Amino acid sequence: MMANGQPLLSVRNLKVAFPTRRATLTAVDGVSFDIAAGEVLGVVGESGAGKSLTGAAVIGLLEPPGRIIGGEVRLRGQRIDNLSKEDMRKVRGKRIGMVFQDPLTSLNPLYRIGDQIVETIRTHLPVSEAQARERAIALLQEVGIQGARERIDSYPHAFSGGMRQRVVLALALCAEPELLIADEPTTALDVSIQAQIITLLKRLCRERGTAVMLITHDMGVIAETADRVAVMYAGRIAEIGPVRDVVQHPHHPYTRGLMGAIPTLGPQATRLVQIPGSMPRLDAIPKGCPFHPRCAFAFDRCRAERPDGMDAGSSKVACWLVAQNAAGAPA
Amino acid sequence: MTMMPLVEAKSLTRVFDVSKPWLNRLIEREPKAYLKAVTGVSFVIGRRETVALVGESGSGKSTVARMTVGLLAPTAGTVTIDGIDMWAAARSAERQQLRRRLQMIFQDPYASLNPRWRVERIIADPIKAFGLARDGAEIHHRVGELLRLVGLDPADGAKYPHEFSGGQRQRICIARALSSSPEFIVCDEPTSALDVSVQAQILNLMRDLQDRLGLSYLFISHNLAVVRHMATRIGVMYLGRIVEMAPATELFTAPRHPYTRLLMDALPDLGMTGRPRRPIEGEIPNPIAPPPGCAFHPRCPWAFDPCAVDVPQLIDHGGRAAACHAVETGRI
Repeated sequence: MMANGQPLLSVRNLKVAFPTRRATLTAVDGVSFDIAAGEVLGVVGESGAGKSLTGAAVIGLLEPPGRIIGGEVRLRGQRIDNLSKEDMRKVRGKRIGMVFQDPLTSLNPLYRIGDQIVETIRTHLPVSEAQARERAIALLQEVGIQGARERIDSYPHAFSGGMRQRVVLALALCAEPELLIADEPTTALDVSIQAQIITLLKRLCRERGTAVMLITHDMGVIAETADRVAVMYAGRIAEIGPVRDVVQHPHHPYTRGLMGAIPTLGPQATRLVQIPGSMPRLDAIPKGCPFHPRCAFAFDRCRAERPDGMDAGSSKVACWLVAQNAAGAPA
Repeated sequence: MTMMPLVEAKSLTRVFDVSKPWLNRLIEREPKAYLKAVTGVSFVIGRRETVALVGESGSGKSTVARMTVGLLAPTAGTVTIDGIDMWAAARSAERQQLRRRLQMIFQDPYASLNPRWRVERIIADPIKAFGLARDGAEIHHRVGELLRLVGLDPADGAKYPHEFSGGQRQRICIARALSSSPEFIVCDEPTSALDVSVQAQILNLMRDLQDRLGLSYLFISHNLAVVRHMATRIGVMYLGRIVEMAPATELFTAPRHPYTRLLMDALPDLGMTGRPRRPIEGEIPNPIAPPPGCAFHPRCPWAFDPCAVDVPQLIDHGGRAAACHAVETGRI
């Protein structure tokens, strides 16, 4: 938890489920985390870990039949997970902005980009059409679109992928939200463009004091962008802590395996660390710790009881091994 | 290497006709439009060697892969496998024989397996096509061996592709590629669709297989770290040309071409050394109307007069080659 009391976003024991004919699948199972004002929290995990669903649940954009079946989401202390559709719509865009992987899911191809930004500004802020347009031009300049005054009347197809993502960033930030949820914002982009967008995202959020929940599968992007990181596995947080600790001294066996599995540019290991098997399907999440069938250190307790949030340094780790080490040899 | 290389590509060039339909051209008075996807790409791959081509989207790396394996005819240039010119080879027997010796692994393991075929039939297809087994029993036995080789169970042959995860499907693709006992495999982004932990499994498997079977790889990827892990030599492509070619270790410790240098700077830093990430300015130009001279010069901080006029040639200095006027004249 961060300084001066209340976190900006507080998620407690969040559960998201998909009812199916056979059984109810729990895709996000008891996730808790906080984001302080101005902080960047990275959420990292492999496909199916539940990271995007956690983001979607926070902004109330879960696709039916998926729904929140437990826990709470608070924005500056106010519960937002039980708001009506209409009230949530006001929070979304105004107080929480969004950026998705594919910029074309956020941009309507039939409208000029300027009109889309102006509409969003006027929905959330009491300004005139002309003021909103000036503001849109200023924003487009700020996100690095050259000749913004001329290009504001272009359609999305006239922009390249990287430029579109800049427009989406402008759109997400136009109502000065307190929190930005960015779901794989750079995954579809080339490395040289990815670096541009990440640098831009960091700069904009720092200047405005916007907090960011950065969802990605790319540990490299997290390492250089986030203040803290949550590693997700099978719908749960395996490890959460300051980014430097998690990247350089991971505690959870899954995080350790994940870090070793990433090829690096430095001195070469002949073999990458290999985690045997693959992430369990939602209908077959093992009892106890969901990682135990793939874990080299698993013991009886891992198979029987679910671990959660053990303290390890400044991180919280869901692993009985950490609890055992803490009890056996106090650090 | 004194031995003859297994694969030799010489000034491969591929032009695509991207003109509008005839009537549109007539009405709009537009000329034909051509896209030069690949220009003058040459490389050699020795036995048991992995050569990688790395580049961003639109750099032409996949087009090179498809020409090398024989899926796409080059507009100019040649591909020679073990001394046999692939595109000049006499139609039937010789080319067929050559085809057996090369295989390809694709990026998307979901799209590259026929969903209506059982795994056994998928893997057996090349064996049947090349007539490599006498009867059904031998094919069955061989498929079982191949499945075991890639870390699956021989009983998996009776299943359909949808019953497998992405990583397992890529293992099936590898088993299929190995079924004709090839010497050379072209891998086009083989792990880009996979999660990192699964990627590690597949990359380890590919290296094990290379050691066991003496394979040569042409490895295509956009991911510099993956390429660094797999390749002995690396070619960096930009807008259809190889701009730098060097042994893997040297490329990463001392990149020469400005594009390679900037690409390294732009990489996210997992080591958290606090090194500031310097993005490359601008974007990849439109390949239909590439800039004159060196295609990278509009984005290059070291560009000077000749860069906008002359196309720099790839000049070899002791196994390391860079196509850059600034490097040539000793400016950087």
